[in-house]
Formats: sequence, structure tokens, C-alpha cells
Amino acid sequence: MTSTDGWAGRTAAMMTRLHESRAVTGLRRFTRAETWVHRTLNCLMAVCVFTAACLYFPPLAEIVGRRRLVVTVHEWSGILLPVPILAGLVSRAFRADTGRLGRFFPHDWRWLRALLRTRRRQPEFAGKFNAGQKLFAAFVTGTILVMIGTGLLMWFPRLSPLVWRTGATFVHDWLALLVGVVITGHVWLATKDPEARRGLRTGHVPRWWAREEHPLWRAGTGEERAADETQQH
Amino acid sequence: MHSSTPAAPSAGEPDPERGRGTPVGRRVVLGMLGLGAAGVAVGGSVQGTLDNVLASVSAKDPTGVTGLLPGGGGFRFYSVSDSIPHRGETDYRLRVDGLVDRPGSYRLSDLRTLPQTRLVRDVQCVTGWRVPHTAFSGVLLSTLLDAAGIRAGATALRFTCFDGVYTESLTLDQARRPDMLVAHTMNDKPVTAAHGGPVRLYAAPMYFYKSAKWLSGITVTKDVQPGYWEHYGYDVDGWVGRSNGRHDDPTS
Repeated sequence: MTSTDGWAGRTAAMMTRLHESRAVTGLRRFTRAETWVHRTLNCLMAVCVFTAACLYFPPLAEIVGRRRLVVTVHEWSGILLPVPILAGLVSRAFRADTGRLGRFFPHDWRWLRALLRTRRRQPEFAGKFNAGQKLFAAFVTGTILVMIGTGLLMWFPRLSPLVWRTGATFVHDWLALLVGVVITGHVWLATKDPEARRGLRTGHVPRWWAREEHPLWRAGTGEERAADETQQH
Repeated sequence: MHSSTPAAPSAGEPDPERGRGTPVGRRVVLGMLGLGAAGVAVGGSVQGTLDNVLASVSAKDPTGVTGLLPGGGGFRFYSVSDSIPHRGETDYRLRVDGLVDRPGSYRLSDLRTLPQTRLVRDVQCVTGWRVPHTAFSGVLLSTLLDAAGIRAGATALRFTCFDGVYTESLTLDQARRPDMLVAHTMNDKPVTAAHGGPVRLYAAPMYFYKSAKWLSGITVTKDVQPGYWEHYGYDVDGWVGRSNGRHDDPTS
């Protein structure tokens, strides 16, 4: 009995410590709305990229077949990509973060210059998002728009003259290759940073991580604090 | 949860990201839209040039990596069915029926004993890719039609495939052309299962969707019955360069 009590007592103590450590180190990086936007966009993008690969690479196409079904899934997963982003705009925290992602400040240029010079990321020049993340967000936004535009030209071939369709195919194909490379880089960087992944999974990151990776991040415009609180209750 | 008190690493210090900054995100997005529109405008001719370059590179590329680039040459695999069907020497049959005097069924060995025709043409897909100088050989459709004896009132053929899904059609006049083959070799080797073997149609002057893979039935019909892709907007008369809104160079 005593041993069981001791066990329970230790477990309780551990839970408290865990809780405390979370309380001490946890810092809210994303609201639940934001993590859901990311998750939904992730799933749609994964489906879109996988079906694209099935349409494009002969070995995969041979395994999967069912071309019409794959085309339909690709078209719909693609056209739905903006939905989670537009839905996210309802959230004040998401709007605030899109604002942060869209703007460059002097330290962002320094971050880029350091990257080009040393081939290494220099976290001391990073706000809530570093310049690379900002450029990635802009690239993904531009990509979604261009892919939907060119995709629609191919989806409804009767709407446009042939030269446009050939041009649309050209843009869609080559941009797809570029997107493949960039997304691979995005996933590669994510695999190397478990705390960043935790941030997107739970919304919270450890304080030491924020200090190391995003020292110029000042959470706490009044708006965001309000958004934060509404998310809590 | 008190863990989420929005205390930043160094709250209280001035925010280095306060103010308007430079709207780089907007510029990147607008720049990409501009590039995308420009690409749509000039992409056709650029891809044409690239196709030529890539075709000559991929011809000497032992790794085959260039074949994966857009327009990198070579065939793309399209199938509307679940998996690649396989039939061979023992279980393959080509049935000819419908409005004919003598319905019949051909094994692979039967097809090989009939007069053979070899054609070397470009293959042009309606989605844009083109594979130059591809050899197909087999039996002319007209040979099979003559053997079966067409009855009065027939105007068209309906092709069915042992993938169980795909269908195609030709008019009798089209089918009697000297470049319409029931092919069992491609580039002088047996047509592989992935390429539609053991026997596929080869409609040389038409877009490649007309060249039904895994051919297993030819039915002579009163009227043209549109094939699989033709239900989804492709032209029934799929002449290369004169249909589907395309202007490719003729292949035949």
C-alpha cells in the first residue's frame, strides 16, 4: 500500500512540476483558430500535392491509375486552398499575424543579408516570424493564387484560347516543381525544430525557445491580448 | 491557463516590429501574379523551345531525370481504370462483332499471321506532349474489317478495352485509312502492359486518346458512339492539329 501511495504521490508531484514548468516556460504563440488554419491548409495542400504527383510522375500514375478521380480530387483540393485562410481572417489574432508576416522591418533585411553571407539563419534578427518565414508565407499566398488562376484555365478549357491554356500549363507545371522544392524545405526545417512544431500543435512554445529563435518578438499589442483572452474562454 | 499570459521574451522594451514597415509580402504576391500572367502569355512559345532542348538533353540523359521535367519528353502514363490490366498469349482475345457477316475472335498468334504494317510517326497527346518517331506495327483495321464483312447500314466502330472502362470510336471511313492499326508492337518490341499491351489501337493521325489501350473488342455500329473522354468534352473526330482547339503539327 505504502508503495502505491508513494507512487501516486510521486506521480502527482511530477504532474505538478510538469504543470509548473509549462506555466513558467509556456508562451502563447498561436491561438486555436490559427493552429486550425494551419492544420486544414496542411491537409488540403498534402492532398493537392499528392494527387499532382499521381498525375505527373509515370511510376506513381501507374500504381494509382483512376485518372479522372485523381483529377477531380486535385481540382477540388486546389480550389479549396484559400478557404481556411479566408475563414481564419475572422480571427483577430490571425489577422494580426498575417500583418506581421506581410511586413519587413530593418532587422528582416539584416536577417536576409546574414543568411546570404553566412548561409546560416541568424535568429537575433527575428521577430515573431523571421524574414524567411515571411517570404515563405508570401510565396505560398502567391502560389495559391497563381495555381488557381492557371488551374481554372485548364479546368474549363472552353473559356480561353489555346495559347493561354498552353501558357497556363507551362506556368502550372514549372511552378509546381518549385513548390515541391520549397515545401520540402519547409517540412525539412520543421523536422529539425520540435518546439516550433509544438507551437503549431498546441499553440504554446517554451520561453527559452522564443528568446533564442525570435528575440525581437514582442507579444502584446492590445488587440492580440484581447484575442488571446477570447480564445481562452 | 496562466501559461498564456502574453508576456513576451522582453515585454516592456519597444517593439521593433511596430509601425508600417515595408509591405514585402504584398510585393511578393503581386510580383508572382505579374510573373504568372506573363508566363501564361509567353509560356506557349517558351515551352515549345524548352521541349526541343529537353528532348535533345533527355536523349543523352542516362539518369532519366530530365524525363520528369515538364515537357521532358517521353510518354506520360494515363489510365482511367483502377490498375493496369494484364493479358497475354493464352488469355488475350480480340473480338470483332456487331454489324458484320462473320463475327470472330483473334488470339495474339492469329493477329501475327495476318499481313503486318509498320508505321513510324510522332505521337501527340491532347494535353500537349509529343514523342517523336515512334514505331508501331500490327494489323490494319481495314484488314480485320474486310475479313469480318461489313453489313449495309454500318457507319462506325466502337472499341472496348479489357480494363473494363475505356471506350473509343471511329467512323468506318476513318478506320479504313492506311494509318489505322491494331498494334501489337511498339518500337519493335511487344507493347507492354503499361503502354496498353498486348494489343492497342494506334490511330496515327489523331490525338493519342483515340488510340485505345488494352483493346479487346471492335463492334461495328450503325452510328458513332462517343468514347470515354468524349463524354468529358474531347472531340470525337480527334485529328491532330484540327480538333480540341489545338493547332499541333499533323502526325500523319
